[in-house]
Amino acid sequence: MSVVAELQQLKKAPQGQRKRRHKDNKAGHLFLLPWTIGLFGITLFPMAASLYLAFTNYNLLQPPEWIGMDNITRMMGDDRLHNAIQVTFTYVFVGVPIQLAVSLAIAMLLDRGMRGLAFYRSVFYLPSMLGSSVAIAVLWRQIFGHSGLINQLLGMVGIEGQGWVSSPDTALGTLIILHVWTFGAPMVIFLAGLRQIPDMYYEAASIDGAGRIKQFFTITIPLLTPIIFFNLVLQLIGAFQNFTQAFIVSGGSGGPADSTLFYTLYLYQQGFGRFDMGYASAMAWLLVLIIAAITAINFWLSKYWVHYDD
Amino acid sequence: MTDSPQTTTSGTSTMSRTDATKSDATAALAGASSIASEDRAPMKSVSPAQRAVKATVKHIVMIAASLAMIYPLLWMLVSSLRPNEAIFREPGILLTTLEFNNYVQGWNALSHPFSHFLWNSAIVVFASILANLIACSMAAYAFARLDFKFKIPMFAAMLLTIMLPVHVVIIPQYILFSNLGWVNTFLPLIVPKILATDSFFIFLMVQFIRGIPKDLDEAARIDGAGHIRIFFQVILPLMVPALATTTIFTFMWTWNDFFSQLIFLTSPDMYTVPLALRAFIDSTGESNWGGMFAMSIISILPLFLIFLFGQRFLIKGMATTGIK
Repeated sequence: MSVVAELQQLKKAPQGQRKRRHKDNKAGHLFLLPWTIGLFGITLFPMAASLYLAFTNYNLLQPPEWIGMDNITRMMGDDRLHNAIQVTFTYVFVGVPIQLAVSLAIAMLLDRGMRGLAFYRSVFYLPSMLGSSVAIAVLWRQIFGHSGLINQLLGMVGIEGQGWVSSPDTALGTLIILHVWTFGAPMVIFLAGLRQIPDMYYEAASIDGAGRIKQFFTITIPLLTPIIFFNLVLQLIGAFQNFTQAFIVSGGSGGPADSTLFYTLYLYQQGFGRFDMGYASAMAWLLVLIIAAITAINFWLSKYWVHYDD
Repeated sequence: MTDSPQTTTSGTSTMSRTDATKSDATAALAGASSIASEDRAPMKSVSPAQRAVKATVKHIVMIAASLAMIYPLLWMLVSSLRPNEAIFREPGILLTTLEFNNYVQGWNALSHPFSHFLWNSAIVVFASILANLIACSMAAYAFARLDFKFKIPMFAAMLLTIMLPVHVVIIPQYILFSNLGWVNTFLPLIVPKILATDSFFIFLMVQFIRGIPKDLDEAARIDGAGHIRIFFQVILPLMVPALATTTIFTFMWTWNDFFSQLIFLTSPDMYTVPLALRAFIDSTGESNWGGMFAMSIISILPLFLIFLFGQRFLIKGMATTGIK
């Protein structure tokens, strides 16, 4: 059961349970001691602190100075921030759907009892294991560079390429391609989901004369919607936080012309480049709110297209 | 698993049950699915010959797709074994000469030999794995088996922290750790893991422990064992597959982690592999792709070994919990 399903279930948990006697109080809290210290010390307290800092001017040297809504006003007038939001949204809402569509398509092909399934699955999974590493970002910078691999290959068929990572029009596209390239992880999850669909459904359908295509739309897709939903939620949350590839490919600048300035990259520049910790904290909270809002919308929309058979 | 009514078919629930019975689901898959689809395919008027042609076409497509997927990786490997200037004019992956100069020269291109950065990464990775194994399994045991006050809100908090973006805590963490004098030490990367902040693994282990029959605990309890003994002598030995999955994922994520290492480690002495590669690209610009490729290959070699030998646990871990 996934995190998403688990959370949905907690919401439905009977309230009556609370009245029970708790027989393992001491042991329970003992086993959870490191986690509890971590929750308060490394998560909740810092969250509260960053909420406070969001309303201050703080550069690590002088004590934080309360400036009220100034950071928020500043965010509203910050063109680079607006651009960063636009870049990030483009990356997320183009990259994630394409990546999921590819991973679902390949999973469908592989599930139909191919010989060598394990081999193909491994090959397709490998990139998603390496995709977030600096090494792959370095490679990407080369292959989409002016004299990189892509242009060499294009040159063989007589096409004059351009510097894909150095042009503001195409730099973001190369990062989206990198994201799609790592489709192996959701593919593995789809494969596991496809395998849960009982064969008798398909048998019954083909006795009734339903063809492959009809079976796909009336059996496979509906029964797979919980997995599609799950992948969508997590891939969106993850993609909003991507950082490494944009940082390495652009040399930390988010260039050319801020075209790869991911939200997280701009946040890093503000917080750890200029040590404008107050403003960066405000940005961090805005990011959390954006991600929370999108996740909430996702859950709300799921009522209309995700099938749970109880 | 059985004590929690399933309201959803995230489908993967059966997988975790299979885990518990320790049958090798992943290995079974390949075979089982081929039998299954045989039944599944409508057998109408498709001759064996037609089917063979179809299968062949599919394999050709798949092999082409696989090749396209890994071509960049192969090319990087091959290019690292070529003279530097060939990288700009050799798109092929046929190696005619072997040249190790890039490796020799890349190894020594920075202020320290590359082994220094490999060692630093190894320390961080090893400590992170140990911390995650201990802290997360303890927390998971409590959530899966014990009954205590505030369990439901604590469990909900644990689930929510899985999805919490690190950015909202990283700035105060930085301030805290820099006040403690921990910047440019490995402590900011390791201490949070000792405090079980990688809640994804708690979740993974909770799932696993729920699949272990409760009779085993109860038998031990009748024999007079306390929770600590049950945890060490009954549960831990049975959850080795979950511990293996945790080890592999922690290795992968810590080895690849760039963001927090970039923030907490600023002196070249403390650089880990990702930071060294970044310094490499900054210092040589784009003049030394050969050396950079060589060191990049070395940096992904451990991941590749895990991929070869630990894939079973990787794929199972992802299928059961559904997170990459």
